This record gives sequence, structure tokens and C-alpha cells, in this order.
Amino acid sequence: MPLLSPTDLEAIALTLRLAAVTTVILFLVGTPIAWWLARTRSRWKGPVRAVVALPLVLPPSVLGFYLLVTMGPNGPVGWLTQTLGIGLLPFTFWGLVVGSVLYSLPFMVQPVQNAFEAIGERPLEAAATLRASPLDRFFTVALPLALPGFVTAGILSFAHTVGEFGVVLMIGGNIPGETRVASVQIYDYVEALEYADAHRLSAVLLVFSFVVLLALYAGRPDGKRG
Amino acid sequence: MICVSLRLQWPGFSLDVDEQIPARGVTALFGHSGSGKTTLLRCIAGLEQAATGRLSVNGDVWQDASRWVPTHRRPIGYVFQEPSLFAHLTVLGNLRYGQKRSRNADRRAVQFDLEQAIDLLGIGHLLKRRPAALSGGERQRVGMARALAVSPKLLLMDEPLAALDLARKQEILPYLERLHNELQIPVLYVSHAPDEVARLADHLVVMEAGRVLASGPLNDTLARLDLPIRLGEDAGVVLDGHVAERDARWHLLRVACGDTSLWVRDTGASLGDHARVRILARDVSIAHEPKAGTSILNTLPAEVISLGDDAHPALSLVQLAVDGSPVIARVTRRSADQLGLAPGQQVWIQIKAVALL
Repeated sequence: MPLLSPTDLEAIALTLRLAAVTTVILFLVGTPIAWWLARTRSRWKGPVRAVVALPLVLPPSVLGFYLLVTMGPNGPVGWLTQTLGIGLLPFTFWGLVVGSVLYSLPFMVQPVQNAFEAIGERPLEAAATLRASPLDRFFTVALPLALPGFVTAGILSFAHTVGEFGVVLMIGGNIPGETRVASVQIYDYVEALEYADAHRLSAVLLVFSFVVLLALYAGRPDGKRG
Repeated sequence: MICVSLRLQWPGFSLDVDEQIPARGVTALFGHSGSGKTTLLRCIAGLEQAATGRLSVNGDVWQDASRWVPTHRRPIGYVFQEPSLFAHLTVLGNLRYGQKRSRNADRRAVQFDLEQAIDLLGIGHLLKRRPAALSGGERQRVGMARALAVSPKLLLMDEPLAALDLARKQEILPYLERLHNELQIPVLYVSHAPDEVARLADHLVVMEAGRVLASGPLNDTLARLDLPIRLGEDAGVVLDGHVAERDARWHLLRVACGDTSLWVRDTGASLGDHARVRILARDVSIAHEPKAGTSILNTLPAEVISLGDDAHPALSLVQLAVDGSPVIARVTRRSADQLGLAPGQQVWIQIKAVALL
């Protein structure tokens, strides 16, 4: 018997695809939020930080429940997606992506925000006196100097999405090839008392998680920061 | 001409400056920390956006009620106290960062040659290194070259030597003097160190508590009796002249400042070189007659211009004119009284130490 069954491989492939898509979207969504949080003196900074950090403390089932309601046929997001002809997001891959982006948002925003804050004002001022426009300064000074923070954020977001379970179960259900990710697959095995199968897949995730964290702590481009 | 009329209000600090600063040579913004000199420099660079008022440089308005030119559109070079090099770029990458952007911004402008900046600051051997691999002095030289490479019409320097130890300062000062002597770019130089000001500046703006206390040509301003109190032990004047004679036997140089000659230690300067000497008030004594039998090398006839109080009640400051150049002397009030010093009186001054800068 091979180590992993085709169903397992399908679940792992789906998990990796979900994590990759989520991480890419998080880079695009999280970077502007992190930049704003790192530099603003607005009174909205506190509330926005709190909202971004919510998934850290909220039970995933709570997040999943609200997403299910808002993206469902009677929810505002559901109404919007239906009006736009996309249909309903729950129990689809893209519904999972939306859930994962929200769920992993703090893992992207916080390291990037810390990296931006660590740069400080001075290199950006220096760039301004060297004729760089604000956008130019962002791309040629802030981003390169914050690179270690981005690497950390990317790895953490990816790994955290791979480990997601509660939100997926609430809004994704258990559709093979569409929403059945590795963590749900393990749950299914346990439910069916197929412990040997659960062991194999669990071991794969365990090794994966360890390797990711090892890469994060031992192989960072800049071991001092991030 | 740099016309500054700026006001800024922060909790516990306000800046209120109305000043015309010549747009040539080196102008020192001098004052203690907290006097607002760095804030004024940042306002001129556009790094401080809170100031209101008007700012124009050689007729170009950079700020007024309706206009605010952002920093990256101002033709300035800026040297920060800490060099603030980009850690992710090599030295050459740092130099090119501003150079290529300034070239894109204004293709017609006369470009400062990168090679020239590299030569001037002696950093040719560092180009491939990262900032982290440079010494403090080397970093600051790269910071200066980077500022020059944008071909600035105005160079702003915020205490470029303050973060360096004495040895590194001595390493950089000659390069600053080369900037002064070889470039036609006007420089605003923020400093709280009287020796740097004496050595580099042509024009002096003295600041205190966000206001301009005095401003004018270096010598005139240094010789004012109402300011030395604030300079303390560093009160004194500078005289500009040239090296006129070398006395090889005694290792001395004669510096001619107009018709006045001063003997100084031979520093290796060549005959005919421009020379600036500094005479501290505490090193000048006053006598009715030129004394014989003294170790003092430089004894000169002078006229008393005015007398003023010093910080300590035992001391007074005397402003004198030596062949038209102002010199100040710090003497005790008792001596001043015994000599009967009064404006217009002809006396002799003895200068214990003259420093060739």
C-alpha cells in the first residue's frame, strides 16, 4: 500500500493550492494595511489593529459562522456575489480563500508592520532628499529593507493556512477536490475510526510544519531581525 | 539669496525665523541643542511639513501660502547626522540612487560628475562594499558624496561630524574644506561646535530657542560682544589671509592678513595658500607698550573699539581693531580698569596662541 492514497494526495494538493493563493492575496492586501499601521498617527490605528488581530483570539468557528452568514444567500456579501453573477461563495474553493485570507491576516500584517516600523523614518527621508517620489521610496527603499519581514510573513501565512480547520469546516464543508483540505481529511478518517490513515496524513502535516518553522528560524536571510 | 520666513509651533518649542541667508559659501547655523537649527534645516529641505510661512531660494518659491514643493522636487542635497545609507545597496548603489533620479528630473541641469564626488571624498576604494562594512567616517563620506551626486543647488548638512569621535572628525574635516574650496554650491551647515564653525563657515547665523540671535559675516558676528558669552571658552575670532613666509629654522609660518602678520606653527602649508587663523579671546592680553622680554610671538598694535561684560563678573570682553580686523580679548575687569581701557584708545595686544585652521 502506498504511503498516501489518491484521496490524500488530492487533499494535500488542494491544501497547498489554497495556502499559495491565500498567501499571494495576503501579500497584496496585507502590505498596504501594514504600511498604513506602521506610519499612521490616526486615531483609527488602534481599532484597525484590533480588527486585524481578531483571528488570533477568535474561535475559528465564530469567524466561520459569520462568514457563512454574510456570504450566504441572505447575507450582504452573498447578495453582492449573486448580483455580480459569481454565485454563492460558501462551499466553494474561493469561499475558502476568502475565509483563509481573513483568518491568516494577522500573520501577514504583524511581521510586515514590525519590519516597516523597524526601518524608521530616516531612510525614507534620505530617499526623498535623493529625488525619490513617495511611491518610488516605497518600492526601492521600504520594501527591500523590510524583506526579512516579508519572508517571515509569507512563511507564517502559508503555514497557518495549511493548518486551518475550523473556518474550513464551517464555510467549506467537505467536498472532495473543492473544499476537502488535509486537516478535514484527517478529521474524516478519525470520524470513520480509520486511525492508520489519520496517522499517515497527520505525520505528513507534522513534518511539514516542523520543516517550515525550521526554515523560518534557522534559514532566514537576516537572522537578527524579522 | 535664501529667504526664510517660517513659523512652527510644537508643544514646548516654537520656531520663528525671518532671515536672508546668502546663497554662496558656507553658512553655519550655530546654536545649542534645542535651539531649532536642525528644525530650520529640515523645514528648508521640506522634511518638516508643519511650518507655515514663505521660503524661497534664489527666487524659486519652495513654500508659501498656496504652494508647497515636496522634498523630492527641491534641488537640494542633504547630509544627515547619521549617514543614513541604504543598507540594501552597495556604496556605488547608494551614490547612483540619487544621481539617476536627479538626472531624470532635470536633463538640462549641469550634472555633477559622480567621479568627481568619489574623488573629492576619497571613496573610490569603497564602491563595492555594503554600508555595514564601512567605518563611521567612511559612511559619512559616502553620505556626503551621495548628496553631491544629485547635483544640488543647495547643500544642507545637519551636524555631519557630531556622531563621530575626534579622530574621525579630523579625517572628515579636510574633505569638508575641499567641498568649501572646490565647489560653488552654497552650503547650510548646522553645528553646535565652535571649532567647526570657525574652520568652515563664511557666514554665521546664531540661533537660540527657535529664534535667530545674530547673523552676518563670520568675523563680524564672532566679534560681537553680546555673543561671546554664549560661546564661553570658545569665544574668539578668525582672520583670513595667506601663507607669506616660512621660517625653516624655527618651524614657523608667517600668515599675512592684510597688513597684519601673525606667526604660527608650521603645519606644512605651502607659500601662497589661503590660510585661516583663529584667535581665542582668552589668549589675547592687552598692554600699553609693546613688551620686550616676553615669550609671546605675536604682538600687534590695536585700537579699543568697545568693552562688554562677560558671563563671570570678574571678566570683561574687549573688542579691538587690528588693522581693521576685529579681535576680542578676555581680561579681568580689574586689569581693564587699571589700564583705563576706553573706546578709541591705542594699545598693544599680545596673542599667546594663534591656531592655523
